[in-house]
Amino acid sequence: MDSLIAIWESVPEALRIVIVILLKIIAILLPVIIAVAYTTFAERKIIGYMQVRCGPNRVGPKGWLQPIADTLKLMFKEIIVPTKSSKAVFFIAPMLALAPALAVWSVIPFWEGGVLSDINAGLLFVLAITSLDVFGIILAGWASNSKYAILSSMRVGAQVVAYEIAMGFALVGVLMLAGSLNLTEIVNAQAGGIQNWFMWPLFGLLVVYFISGVAETNRAPFDVAEGESEIVAGFHVEYSGMAFALFFLAEYASMLLISILTVLLFLGGWLSPFGGMEGLLSIPVLGTILGDGIHWLFLKAFFFLVLYLWFRATFPRYRYDQIMRLGWKILIPVTLVWIFGIGIYKGLQIEGIL
Amino acid sequence: MTFELFIFYVFATVSVLSAVGVVTMRNPVYAALFLILAFFTSAATWILLEAEFLGVVLVLVYVGAVMVLFLFVIMMLDINIDPLREGFIRYLPFGILIAVVIAAEIIMVLSSDVFVMEIPKAAPLDFSNTKALGEILYTDYVYPFELAAVILLVAMVAAISLAMRKRNDGTKRQIPADQIRTKSTDRLRVVKMKSEEKL
Repeated sequence: MDSLIAIWESVPEALRIVIVILLKIIAILLPVIIAVAYTTFAERKIIGYMQVRCGPNRVGPKGWLQPIADTLKLMFKEIIVPTKSSKAVFFIAPMLALAPALAVWSVIPFWEGGVLSDINAGLLFVLAITSLDVFGIILAGWASNSKYAILSSMRVGAQVVAYEIAMGFALVGVLMLAGSLNLTEIVNAQAGGIQNWFMWPLFGLLVVYFISGVAETNRAPFDVAEGESEIVAGFHVEYSGMAFALFFLAEYASMLLISILTVLLFLGGWLSPFGGMEGLLSIPVLGTILGDGIHWLFLKAFFFLVLYLWFRATFPRYRYDQIMRLGWKILIPVTLVWIFGIGIYKGLQIEGIL
Repeated sequence: MTFELFIFYVFATVSVLSAVGVVTMRNPVYAALFLILAFFTSAATWILLEAEFLGVVLVLVYVGAVMVLFLFVIMMLDINIDPLREGFIRYLPFGILIAVVIAAEIIMVLSSDVFVMEIPKAAPLDFSNTKALGEILYTDYVYPFELAAVILLVAMVAAISLAMRKRNDGTKRQIPADQIRTKSTDRLRVVKMKSEEKL
């Protein structure tokens, strides 16, 4: 043990910092990737039960090894490069899709102080990096040299840019109430029990945010980018094996991210709904379980994740012009009116009337 | 060389090389991709300068929105590259002249006394660039700020009015309301006829 410490101390200071940061990144990303694998399993199981089927139940006990089998299958599949495709871009595109989807996790706080990089413009960083997701999809469509794929990238480009505006406006409401762009401070501004969560004063923005989140991740009912009935599978029609798996990974990582962000911004993150009830929280074991903690974050995020799956099991796909109409003519005006209301509330508060 | 200086040189090199790539690439999509890289690395250097708000907004607005639409348009165009390069030698002297003039102007401006200033001290760790920018934007510069917003709005309205055209060319369109209101008698006329008589 002592020799280990001696080895550690002989490493130069700068290198030690890099090693610690790398270990932290692995500690965040490994659970994310495992969660992605089991989200695909949960999706098939939950939608299966909703449609009175069993879902996958052959690999391992009750199908629990299904995601591992899927991963192995994808890894050993051949990657086919279409002729006349732009080869460099064809291979860069899946990486461009995955890298931002994973980079965003660096500013997500999981509990008080449990964050890789606690930057003061965290919310802006999240918005900026998630806006890069779309390049992977657009370039994949272009590089594939396929008509279906490029049609899909056109759809994604317009859809994501449109819904980013509604999403950004929904976040403006949150930062007006919290008075900060730092995600930890935003959560702490909601402390003091379920009645202090931003979901009550910002309910409209919560709905808008989640709907735009579903549209941003190209999930049903807004998955016209994939539209099997019209354009086969859209932008990833020419991709196979691991290259396809990276798109898959990026999509599910974004889903998890939107679920966790919704919880952090509107439902108090890791804060317990029983916050402020001192009597209840001072009970030895029960108090720890019911008190603030990462389990609340996961529990609430799981609800939104199931909502994603529920949408997919329930709603038919939107028509493309209806998607654009919903984004531009309904969601954006709703957010504008809501922000105006919050502005008045804040103004009255500053004037001392409220 | 400190670690920060090392990072700066990495980003600066990538930034300059990608800017060169923008003008030398033959395929316009590759040029646009290099432009994205140039924006991204410039944002990184801004963040190194403690201007994290500007850096993030550069990525958010230019990379995340403007360049998406740029790529969108470039991909739709079927550009034939050969005619673009036809007049290269003919326009070369003129191009060099413009480049020299612009370079001379930039050097003259940057070497003037206006830009000579002391290097400001690093801001404390808890200093929020975003907050400072917001405070100054909504107090000292509130009128220019609002004016800029109105000008942008006018530009947007102008663009929409230019692009919007009402079609009077007799194009047939679906009007769902009419389709729903239609009664069977509008579409179908039942004609009473005698059945075929026996010969």
